[in-house]
Amino acid sequence: MIRLFIIFILIISPPCLADATTRPPEQTHWSFATPLGTFDRSAMQRGFQVYKEVCSACHELSHIRFRELSALGFNDKEIKAIAADYSIKDGPNDEGEMFDRPALPGDSFPNPFPNEQAARASNGGAFPVDLSLIIKGREDGANYVHSLLTGYGSAPTDITLFEGKSYNPYFEGGQISMPPPLVDGQVTYVDGTPATVDQMSKDVVTFLSWASAPELEARRQMGLKVILYLIVFSMLMYFVYRSVWRNVK
Amino acid sequence: MTKKKHPQRPSRPLYDNPVSKWIDKRLPVFTFIRHSLDEYPTPKNLNWLWNGGSLAGITLLIMIISGITLGMHYNPDPADAFNSIERIMRDVNYGWLIRYIHVNGASFFFILVYLHMFRSMYYGSYKAPRELLWIVGVLILLLMMATAFMGYVLPWGQMSFWGAKVITNLFSAIPVFGDSIVQWLLGGPNVDAPTLHRFFVLHYLLPFLIVAFVAIHLICLHQFGSNNPSGVEVKKSEDQIPFHPYYTVKDLYGLTIYLLVFAGFVFFAPNFFMEAVNYNPANPLVTPPHIAPEWYFLPFYAILRSFPDKLGGVIGMFSAVSVLFFLPWLDRSKIKSAAYRPMFRPLFWVFILNCLILGWIGQKPPQGWYLIIGRLATLYYFAHFLIILPVVGWLERPLTVPSSISEYCKREHNRRKK
Ligand code: HEC
Ligand code: HEM
Repeated sequence: MIRLFIIFILIISPPCLADATTRPPEQTHWSFATPLGTFDRSAMQRGFQVYKEVCSACHELSHIRFRELSALGFNDKEIKAIAADYSIKDGPNDEGEMFDRPALPGDSFPNPFPNEQAARASNGGAFPVDLSLIIKGREDGANYVHSLLTGYGSAPTDITLFEGKSYNPYFEGGQISMPPPLVDGQVTYVDGTPATVDQMSKDVVTFLSWASAPELEARRQMGLKVILYLIVFSMLMYFVYRSVWRNVK
Repeated sequence: MTKKKHPQRPSRPLYDNPVSKWIDKRLPVFTFIRHSLDEYPTPKNLNWLWNGGSLAGITLLIMIISGITLGMHYNPDPADAFNSIERIMRDVNYGWLIRYIHVNGASFFFILVYLHMFRSMYYGSYKAPRELLWIVGVLILLLMMATAFMGYVLPWGQMSFWGAKVITNLFSAIPVFGDSIVQWLLGGPNVDAPTLHRFFVLHYLLPFLIVAFVAIHLICLHQFGSNNPSGVEVKKSEDQIPFHPYYTVKDLYGLTIYLLVFAGFVFFAPNFFMEAVNYNPANPLVTPPHIAPEWYFLPFYAILRSFPDKLGGVIGMFSAVSVLFFLPWLDRSKIKSAAYRPMFRPLFWVFILNCLILGWIGQKPPQGWYLIIGRLATLYYFAHFLIILPVVGWLERPLTVPSSISEYCKREHNRRKK
């Protein structure tokens, strides 16, 4: 009964006892944000590098398999090599033992932690979410994650940070358990792009946007054809309609 | 008036070949088709709002086909439901297309059905002799709501879970049996595996019940035929035209435009009607900061939350739908079309505005001004049906109604020339 009451209070009470301190995300221009936009391939590759070298230490990407990286422009050999860098727990074998083996293109990105408890234990009790759907899973996702990654700063004097938290005005409540993940020059891009925090953040957001909606480009291409077809078809139907109805007064 | 005279019994190869005749004698399907297409007389002045019905029927079909296809890949197990949807989106061939059609189809279905209902209210289509037609329609709305509510639970995202929890818990407001009823509905003390499984089964079943009710709806319709913008019944043969080809082509043309808009959403804004939170897997330990139902439930949700106590809110919400059953008898006016009802016409638009206000309040926290506006709008919603409609029917002095549909068409023609 008490539980029901609490739930009822939750619907009846103001949904966000929300702090007005959370800042709305800054707006950035994304190549994929326009109706017919596509993902920038080199930004995706750089973003993947950022995910691989930085974020994957803490965050899963469970819905993506290595072979799907072909969408970024990697060929089969490169994908095999990327996968082989990861180790997967497999088994049991004929002796009934679990064993480690290098990942294959058909495997998903492995979870950096064996389970949620382990993930929380090494992150001060907070859980580093799976990033496969992060862009779709947040309002205005691309802008939000970009603002979050670039928005760390020192806390205003009226805010006391809790133990192990960093100040980030874009995060709900302003205090986040993820330490600033990016610093200038953290990765060395093979294409020579300067690895500023802003650049790395934009790149990883492009990569994660693809991971959230890998069908996006195919969807828009098909949509264009469907719409053009329907425009022609509806015009034809309009003339049929007019000619059938011409005698009705 | 139609210039050419239409033969009442068109001779068509479809009906007149020996095979058709043989079948028709034993199972009168061709008589049925002929009756509902060639011989079914329809007022000649129906406007575009009368396309809504056929579009809703087609949408129901689209929902069933896309739904069955999703069902082949979906797994109603709390541990895998969310992931199975992602597999549909990523691994199943064109799975994203099927799912986005289904998801947006649900919203479009409600848009059409609400328009269809407001059309019927404006033109008084629920009045004698079409009361049962209207009542069957309200039953269809109820079934749709149940179907959509359970469908929304299936992807097992945060809002799926918490929506299911909040709505099923409403039943605990029922005195004495409340808690047992909730337990019975959920199949356990909590929203969990048994709940998800039964919601999937029922979500699969109910659309077919809707099909049955749509058939009844159409039988009721064909008894007296369509109402029309004049609100005057068909009186002579020049008031009407055969359904085929006139309304078949008009419906088809309407369909192409509808699909154009639908495709715009499916391909270019597929998540427009969806909450981002629902792309996070259900977590019984973390309550989302803001729980709100899908847009099509928002007005009813606002009514629910306007009452100071839970039981009152539940009764209020169910009454808000149930009152529609009595609409044919609450509206005392004999005149159907709002065009000839100078008092009702503005009040109809106030009612629409009030519904929109309720929808807006439904997504706001029930506090401060929102709560006050929500309560006033709730009061007005019920007053519209229980006080305004009966009283207006009695007070109003209607304009002169055209003597026939043909007369109406002449009036309209002259009005447009001016
Ligand atoms: C040291 C481990 C660690 C690394 C490295 C890391 N994160 Fe996080 N991340 C976390 C933790 C812990 C949280 C949970 C924060 C909380 O709930 O307060 C988090 C949360 C997030 C969130 C979710 C914020 C929200 O709205 O809930 C995003 C997005 C995110 N990280 C992106 C990234 C990206 C992109 C990278 C790589 C550039 C990255 N993280 C690197 C630990 C990490
Ligand atoms: C009256 C028609 C229907 C309505 C209004 C409706 C509504 C919905 C809604 C709102 C969802 C949630 C979508 C989401 O957020 O992901 C959903 C999901 C689903 N529906 Fe339906 N549905 C209808 C018919 C059907 C039918 C006939 C079937 C199968 C026979 C079906 C199978 C499914 C499945 C498997 C899902 C989960 C997949 C998903 O969430 O995308 N639906 N439905």
